[in-house]
Amino acid sequence: MTSIAPVKRRGLFRRKLLDRVVRALSVLALTVAVAAMVWILYTVIRRGVAVISWDFLTECSKPYGAMNSGIANALLGTLAITFGAALLGIPPAILGGIWLAEFGKGTKLGDTIRFSANVMMGMPSVVVGLFVYAVLVVPCGGFSGFAGSVALAILMFPVVMRTTEDMLLMVPDALRESALALGASRARASLQIICRSARSGLITGILLAVARVSGETAPLLFTALWSDSWPKNYFEGPTANLPVLITEYSTNSPFDEQHAAGWGAALVVTAMVLLLNIATRIIFKEKHHER
Amino acid sequence: MSNTLSLSASRLDRLFRLLAGASAVLLPLVLVAFLIQLGWGAAPVWREFGPDFITGTGWDPVANEYGALPAIAGTIFTTALALLLAIPPAFVTALYLVDCPAGIGEVLSQALDLLAAIPSVIYGMWGLFILVPLMQDHVQPFLSETLGLGKIPCFGVDGNGFGLLTASLILALMILPYMSAVMRNVFKMTPGMLRESAYGIGCTRWETAKDIVMRYGIRGLLGGVFIGLGRALGETMAVLFVIGNVVEIPESLYGSTTTIAATLANNFAEADGIMRSVLFALGLILLLLALGVQVLAQYYLMMTGSKRGER
Repeated sequence: MTSIAPVKRRGLFRRKLLDRVVRALSVLALTVAVAAMVWILYTVIRRGVAVISWDFLTECSKPYGAMNSGIANALLGTLAITFGAALLGIPPAILGGIWLAEFGKGTKLGDTIRFSANVMMGMPSVVVGLFVYAVLVVPCGGFSGFAGSVALAILMFPVVMRTTEDMLLMVPDALRESALALGASRARASLQIICRSARSGLITGILLAVARVSGETAPLLFTALWSDSWPKNYFEGPTANLPVLITEYSTNSPFDEQHAAGWGAALVVTAMVLLLNIATRIIFKEKHHER
Repeated sequence: MSNTLSLSASRLDRLFRLLAGASAVLLPLVLVAFLIQLGWGAAPVWREFGPDFITGTGWDPVANEYGALPAIAGTIFTTALALLLAIPPAFVTALYLVDCPAGIGEVLSQALDLLAAIPSVIYGMWGLFILVPLMQDHVQPFLSETLGLGKIPCFGVDGNGFGLLTASLILALMILPYMSAVMRNVFKMTPGMLRESAYGIGCTRWETAKDIVMRYGIRGLLGGVFIGLGRALGETMAVLFVIGNVVEIPESLYGSTTTIAATLANNFAEADGIMRSVLFALGLILLLLALGVQVLAQYYLMMTGSKRGER
C-alpha cells in the first residue's frame, strides 16, 4: 500500500462511460429486485383475494378433495404457536441481552456469547426443526404445537438477545450512572431506567423477530406438523398452522380448490408478516425522530 | 433504609444478575446441545456406512442404501449458482443506495428490506406456480434454442421448469437483499475523507467504489457474501418447491436434484430406524457447513469493524 502504482492513462470519455454503465446497471438491478417483489406480492394478493371470504377465515379446513375448505384452524394454530414461542423465547433473550450489555461488556465470556449468538442467527431453520424433533417430539411420542413453539423460540432467542444488547448500548452511560448514583441497584437501574428508555428499540426487535418466525415453515414440518382439525391440545397431537398448510396444499394436493386455498393462506401469512414489519419500522422511526 | 431491607435488595440484585447471566450462557449451551444431539443421532450412520456415506451416491430406502453425495452436491451447486447470480446486483445496488438522493435511497432500502421479510414458503409457492411454468415455456427454450446455449455441455436442452437453475434464481432473489444490506453498511463505514479525497483527485464514482471503498471494506464485503451464502445453504422451503426432489447429482443446469435441507424436509415423515439416523447425519453436515460459513462471516465483519477502532 505504500508504493504508488504507476498511473495508467485512460481516456476521460471511457472512464465516464464506464461510470455511466455501472450506474445504469445499478438502477437495472434495483429495478429487477423491486419488480420481483411487486410481482410476488401482486400474485399473492390477486390469487388470495379471490378465495378469501368470511367463511374461508372462520371454517375449519376439510380433508383432501372436499369443497369449501377454510383455514380458521390453521390461523388459530399459527397464532398459538407463535404466541407460545414469544412467551418461551423472549424473557431469557431479553435477560441475556441485558447481561451482555450491562455486565458482559469486554469480558471473554461476553465476547464468546455474542459470537455464538451471531453464529446461531445464521443457523438453518430446518436444523432447528430436526433438533427439536429429536429432543422433544421423539421422547414425547408425537408432534405438538408446543414443540413448534420451542423450535420458533430457539430461532428468536439469538435475534432478540442481540437487538436487546444493541439497543441497551445506545442508552447513554450518563443515565446508567445517574441511576446508580441515586442508590438504585443494578437490577433496578437495568429494568426500570435503562430498559425503559430503550423501550421502543426493544419492542421493535421483538416484533421483527416475531414477524420473522411467524412465516417459518421448515421447523414446523418437524414439530407441529399439520392437521385438518381444530387444535385441541397445545401439548399433544399435530397442530394445524398456516405455513405447513400452504406447503401441503400446494405440493401434495392435485386439487385446484386446495391450490386456491393455499393462495388464500399465503395472503394471510404475507399480510401478517409485512404489516408487522411495516408497523415496527414506523414505530421505531417516530420514536427516533422525537429524540 | 433499614439494614435488613438493603441486604435483601442486594440479594435481589445478585439474583437478577445470576438470572441474566444464566440466560446469556443458555445460548452457547443450546448451540453445543445441537452439535451433541445431531452427532449422537447420526452415530449409527457412521457405524453402518462409515465415511462411504459422504461419497455414496445411492439412495434406496428399500435396499437400505444411502449416500449423501447427491444432496451435498445439489446444495453446493444451487448455493454457488445463487451467489454467482446475486453478488453483482447486490454489490451495485448497495453502491447506488449509499450515494443516491436520500429520499429515493430510503424508499428503495425499505423495499429491499420488505423483500427480505417475505416468508420463504411464499417464495416457494410463487416459484412453483409462476416461475416454473415460465421457465419451462419461455425461459429455458429461449436460452437453449434461441440463444443456442444448449450446445454448451452441461447447460441442458429440455427442461421441465424444475431444477437447479430455477432454485438458484429464487435463492438469488432471496439472498440479494441480505447481502445488499450488509454491503451498504460496509460502504457507509468507509471514512468520508477517503471517498472525498478520491473524488478530489478526479476519480469517477465507479473508480472510487472499485479502488477505494471496495479495497477498504473488502473483508466486510466478504462477510456480506458469507451471510448470503449461509442463508442460501440452509434455505429449505423455497428450494423444496422447485428443485424437483430427485436424489441425483444434476447433469445439467436444468437437471432436477435435491439439497440437504430439501431432503430433510421431504423424507422426515416416513423416516424410521436407520433412515432417521441418515437424516440426522445430513442435518449434522448442514449444521457444520452453516456454522463454518457463519464463523467466517463474523470473522470478516469483525475485522472491518476493528479497522475503524470499533468492536
